[in-house]
Amino acid sequence: MSGVLEKLAQYLAFPFVRYALIVGVLIALCSALLGVTLVLKRFSFIGDGLSHVAFGAMAIASVLKLTDQMPLTLVLTILCAVLLLRTGQNAKIHGDAAVAMISVGALAIGYLLLNLFSTSGNLSGDVCSTLFGSTSILTLTKTQVVLSGVLSLIVVAVFVLFYDKIFSVTFDETFARATGTRAEACNLLIAVVIAVIIVLAMNLVGSLLISALVIFPALSAMRLFKSFLSVTVCSAVLSVCCAVLGILISILAGTPVGSTIVAADLVCFILCSLIGAIRGGA
Amino acid sequence: MSLISCENLSLGYDGHVIVRDLSFRVESGDYLCIVGENGSGKSTLMRTILGLQAPMAGRIEFGDGLLRTQIGYLPQQTQVQRDFPASVREIVLSGCQNRQGLRPFYTRKEKEIARGNMEKLGLLPLARRCYRELSGGQQQRVLLARALCATQRILLLDEPVSGLDPIVTAEMYDTVERLNREEGIAVVMISHDIDAAMRYASHILQIGSDLFFGTCAEYAESGPVLTAERRQA
Repeated sequence: MSGVLEKLAQYLAFPFVRYALIVGVLIALCSALLGVTLVLKRFSFIGDGLSHVAFGAMAIASVLKLTDQMPLTLVLTILCAVLLLRTGQNAKIHGDAAVAMISVGALAIGYLLLNLFSTSGNLSGDVCSTLFGSTSILTLTKTQVVLSGVLSLIVVAVFVLFYDKIFSVTFDETFARATGTRAEACNLLIAVVIAVIIVLAMNLVGSLLISALVIFPALSAMRLFKSFLSVTVCSAVLSVCCAVLGILISILAGTPVGSTIVAADLVCFILCSLIGAIRGGA
Repeated sequence: MSLISCENLSLGYDGHVIVRDLSFRVESGDYLCIVGENGSGKSTLMRTILGLQAPMAGRIEFGDGLLRTQIGYLPQQTQVQRDFPASVREIVLSGCQNRQGLRPFYTRKEKEIARGNMEKLGLLPLARRCYRELSGGQQQRVLLARALCATQRILLLDEPVSGLDPIVTAEMYDTVERLNREEGIAVVMISHDIDAAMRYASHILQIGSDLFFGTCAEYAESGPVLTAERRQA
């Protein structure tokens, strides 16, 4: 045991490991907060679709040889989030089909672009790390850490300030609109915030695994708690714990960061389901 | 001045008109039941009054200082709500949303209003319970309490008793009648049950192929189709 602690202390002495932990915790917190709303509004698939869009955007950014790919990715993903929300509500192609179309489209175009224009010697490695986030969390620069931190804090602040409205719109959009809440604006806000979270989370778990980060903590918390507030808080706590645990295990065992975190979330979900089933049955 | 007055309304969506030339008024303290066959546009009318969709022609005016956002609305339940993790208190409190504007968090006064309405409907013992674990009748009472938080003047109820058993249905009707009589809250209710409508309401609005608006007594005398069917039965 002391050997493990020693090894941990040794790793934590590196700034990039500390950065990874800080950013990981912030991202896990944000994604879990919004995850509850996303799952309850039946918007989970939008999160999934947007993560593929973010991959496509990242590919475009790298083809353009931008040194910092995050701003462009962020802008494109937010645009797509707005677009998806609009089409989901009133277009001929319905929500889920539109999302499926845009997400596979972005994935295909992204890979195509990388193949055609990439100058990198290790293309499949690049693609793999974008999809599964293998090492990018450990190679964050200080600017990226600061940017991630600021964005996460904004997300948390927006969530807290608009908490009552988010609840109202999530529980009953018709009633909320009838009593004068600007539900469209609120949905737009949710979509933009989700886009921000997804771009942030790409660094941590990669674009294919983001949905897990958004959905698992919310579902786990719903097995245990019965009010919106307690579900939201529990979801945030579980998510942060799983992220820290996942990052530490991956450092110690040398496993890929993203999939370790998601595995931790999965185990947590199974445990919560069991506890919920036992309490419900008793 | 009437609370709500509709003049020559035409309702519908996607360019299809369902109802033409509808005119009626709701005065303070009225109890209006909207009846008509399925698909005749009852819910569409309610959505139009609430401003959730635009009328295709005609005008809706609110009087007596009533704002459109100060209507207590009880919508039909959605699938999302049936398994929603929220406590009774959280849901009732969300009815105060129209007082909040852009300010975050509910004030002590708003929490007091929510508490008062829960007390009025006998929900205080359930305040911390989870919405999805309640019976159908209890869930409707929660949504009614939320609607009361949004208004002091008028309730719009979209089939508030659908799916409830006869005893709970009677309780629901009694509660709505009590709010109407004792608190002077005007009620506009969509109903399938013409007998209950005649018993509790002061006015009837029938929409569909035949239009009718008037008091219950007038409706019993000269109301179209639905009463004729009832006479035969």
